[in-house]
Amino acid sequence: MARMKFLCDAERCIECNSCVTACKQEHDIPWGVNRRRVVTLNDGVPGERSISVACMHCSDAPCMAVCPVDCFYKTEEGVVLHDKDLCIGCGYCFYACPFGAPQFPQTGAFGVRGKMDKCTFCAGGPEPDRSQAEFAKYGRNRLAEGKLPACAEMCSTKALLGGDGEVIANIYRDRVTHRGKGGEVWGWATAYKVPSASGGGAQPGNQAPAPAAPEPAKPTGGTKS
Amino acid sequence: MTTRIALLAAAATLLALGVAGCGERPQVINYKQGKYQGKADTPAFANAPFNGNKQQWEHEIDDRAHYQNEYVRLRD
Repeated sequence: MARMKFLCDAERCIECNSCVTACKQEHDIPWGVNRRRVVTLNDGVPGERSISVACMHCSDAPCMAVCPVDCFYKTEEGVVLHDKDLCIGCGYCFYACPFGAPQFPQTGAFGVRGKMDKCTFCAGGPEPDRSQAEFAKYGRNRLAEGKLPACAEMCSTKALLGGDGEVIANIYRDRVTHRGKGGEVWGWATAYKVPSASGGGAQPGNQAPAPAAPEPAKPTGGTKS
Repeated sequence: MTTRIALLAAAATLLALGVAGCGERPQVINYKQGKYQGKADTPAFANAPFNGNKQQWEHEIDDRAHYQNEYVRLRD
């Protein structure tokens, strides 16, 4: 069974915000709610990196652990969803989430909280699939249409990958092998080593060894006149 | 003699503790559903166009996921 995950490749993200736009457009999300956003580190400094962030559909989700009304559930595919009819808008999940994924629509100047809204991995919610009620509360259910999240499929540089964790890890490994850098980071062997044949899910055609550590990066400071 | 035995026992205890520290616990979480109180949801493949055909749905999703790898697309 697939375990759905997002992976954002900071080497490729160009901060175009098309993932944010695709998400907003796909689910008709109101102003003030950002299920996905692009965060840039060292903005304006040479070597800046951007990363697209939304709900990471954690394997052991802290939002689920702290919810006082137990409105969260996890699908068979590992997508963390919630029931808006049950949500009381308390905001505990917002404080618990390390990614700031839970969003609360504000209806007034003093920030009156509504029901929590977050990325659904384009999997809708606990309403009949592809119904008007599901769209109104949770947005479009692309998984039920056999499609992956709009943000990942719309990404122009394919920095944002979405889908079965094994598959996108294979894609990322393949990519890092081709570009010859990135495999030197701490934890590479743990996160991206080639899965064993009995591990399941790995595609033989996409398997590649972890790349060797590249030569030290040359300084990029200064501009050519 | 007793001092030597005590020292040996202490060394054995320290060794046992040190070796125990080298152990590795499984890091894969076996998720168990909590006390979800809301409405039941149906699987993504339950309704049209897949009508409960999980294999077809998984195949479709897998195809889409692989299509994100442009190296494979370029090789084709």
